[in-house]
Amino acid sequence: MAKTPVQFRLNGADKAVFVDGGENLLNALRRGVGDMSAKFGCGQGTCGVCTVLVDGEPQLACLTLAETCAGRAIETALGLSDGPNLHPLQTAFMEHFAAQCGFCTSGMLMAAKALLDRNPSPTREDVAEAISGNICRCTGYEPIINAILDAASKRGGQPSGEQGRARI
Amino acid sequence: MLEFRKEYFKDERDDRLNEVGQPRQRQDMLGHVTGRTRYFDDHAFEGLLHLKVLRSQHPHARLRSIDVSAAERSAGVKRVIRAADVPVNKNTLLSLIGFGKDDEPLLAVDKVRYKGEPIVAVVAESEAAAYAALAKIRVDCDPLPAVFDVEDAIKSGAPVVNETYPANTFEYHEKYNHQKLRFGDVERAFASADFVLEERYQMSPIEHAPTETNGSIAAPETNDRFVVHTCTQALFFSLGTAAKLLDLPSNRLHFIGGTVGGGFGGKVDSLTEPLSILGAMLTGRPVRYVLGREEEMLYGCPRGAERHYIKDGVMRDGRIVARKVTSYFDAGAYTRLSSYGAVKCIAHLPGPYTIPNVHADSYCVFTNRTPATAMRGFGITGVDFALEVQMDKLAHKVGMDPMEFRILNAYRDGDMKAHRREAHNCALIECVQVAAEKAGWPIRDEFRRMNSLTGGGGERAVIPATATDEVGRIGTGRPASTPPPRAPAMPIAPPPRVPQPVAAQPRVAPAPRPAPPAPAPAPAAAPPPREQPKPAAPGPQHGATRFSSVFGTRRR
Repeated sequence: MAKTPVQFRLNGADKAVFVDGGENLLNALRRGVGDMSAKFGCGQGTCGVCTVLVDGEPQLACLTLAETCAGRAIETALGLSDGPNLHPLQTAFMEHFAAQCGFCTSGMLMAAKALLDRNPSPTREDVAEAISGNICRCTGYEPIINAILDAASKRGGQPSGEQGRARI
Repeated sequence: MLEFRKEYFKDERDDRLNEVGQPRQRQDMLGHVTGRTRYFDDHAFEGLLHLKVLRSQHPHARLRSIDVSAAERSAGVKRVIRAADVPVNKNTLLSLIGFGKDDEPLLAVDKVRYKGEPIVAVVAESEAAAYAALAKIRVDCDPLPAVFDVEDAIKSGAPVVNETYPANTFEYHEKYNHQKLRFGDVERAFASADFVLEERYQMSPIEHAPTETNGSIAAPETNDRFVVHTCTQALFFSLGTAAKLLDLPSNRLHFIGGTVGGGFGGKVDSLTEPLSILGAMLTGRPVRYVLGREEEMLYGCPRGAERHYIKDGVMRDGRIVARKVTSYFDAGAYTRLSSYGAVKCIAHLPGPYTIPNVHADSYCVFTNRTPATAMRGFGITGVDFALEVQMDKLAHKVGMDPMEFRILNAYRDGDMKAHRREAHNCALIECVQVAAEKAGWPIRDEFRRMNSLTGGGGERAVIPATATDEVGRIGTGRPASTPPPRAPAMPIAPPPRVPQPVAAQPRVAPAPRPAPPAPAPAPAAAPPPREQPKPAAPGPQHGATRFSSVFGTRRR
């Protein structure tokens, strides 16, 4: 099967991969680039564990054709921290015990980041809505919502430099 | 915020529980929030092959022939694996601890016994190539009558699901078709009870639905071993299971795991590891076998269905005088862990209540449903649901507050359980009191003042005479034996020469025992709790042995 070259920015760095026709972004990231932070959970767009940001918008990588991402900016959980300095969402998830098995965490973080980037002062309902496409089976929604609200309040509702950096 | 009341358990352990109740960061949390935690599928291998299985379309069918010739020629296929390729194609999970007979093939041989049972595996260059090859396999089979209900399955003339257990019930110690508990005489107690309530409860199978589906990757290592990255919840159990099925010394298997993307009991059955390794053995390349979401939901082992019949006798003053329970655990087509679930059930009955007459049977039954397995308190959770709904109904029947009704009937320290063990470190009364307080649920002062430390023991510690047959057995198939030792709380009359029956808990080694209590007629009711301090317990309790339903006694 003929492979197609696809170039995109991943967490601020240029990447190029060859993909099969019909190959999804999740495979391109995991098998092509080696970024394993987005997970496979259902392959049907129902669980949210593959959530990444494409040009700042949360997208389900399992339903996104890799070829449609040519020239776009992709963010994953691997790019959240600034070297050893954690993103406020990461710190808040740790402090609020907002992960158990951790399998949904990457997707949760990216859905939360998309929310805070567009709405720095969300209500509890806003947060619940923003992660409504992300399933947590260890039943951790309350600590996750608390963590996201805490991260928002600690950033004072103001967009941070970190946010600007990650947006590319 | 969580509140810890350690004083209830001050006699339970001699350490000071300094860590309990303190927030401590998880060691794996940094990996989780940075996206760097490596689950089994987060390992890259050059030349990775993909394994998929052909599953039965029928819940019960005899296999006549399987034609894989077109699949073997299909593009990208490296190997087709058939039942004959599996070195030891029959296993039962608990055989590793010597419990039960081998009853399940890795790939079906002569019959399929549930819809979705693996028949043939294909190893190919891509998942798409593997699926394309599976579609070319021709299976010729004769559908057989199937049975999906536990009570239908044990009727005479029911289809035999699993020939290893032709009666469709698991055989305990190759002898007993159920677990049995007998204490006192429920029939006499029912006859004298003010009210009798009989109800039926049941629970459907429940899928764990982990966000990470079951899967593993096996690859040849340079030292003649196979490395296996797996989601298993039971790393050494899966290693042992794979070694047995593949007839390999276990030191040729290098299992890496412990990072599980949600398990809840659904990742203890070694669903994928043996085939991944076999694929790697037969192709010499890394092989990945991961269940798709549909496979996980339809054919991943669920918590099994349960059905419970509960009949209780209760007095007007709220004391439960008799409880009779018949429980059926639906194992599906193969044993897996359901035999153990039925043991846990009988060990748990009659719930945390002092009831002087108890009669319980618990069956592990085979049907043509997906094999069931562990899930969060399996063998207990469904039973507890049934028991506690029953408790509410009983409270209503006698016109009592349900919280007070539970406090009245709760175990207290020194009470004799139906398993002929004295209850210690009881705290149900305190739990109910705290729950009532937190919920703003009013309970009367006398119930607010009760506690687990006082009022138990004495007459409530007596083992009642238990109905036996003419050879001293409890019901059928159970030889008479001596009860396990217990420390009487007070002097007791010399023993009469009567056979002493015992609860049908296997593996309780008969041991020298102190003087048993005098025989008593089946008590019509547990004596009411004595509301005065009980005599000091003989000797300190620290570090004492206590009973475990699985391993007998253990040190704490």
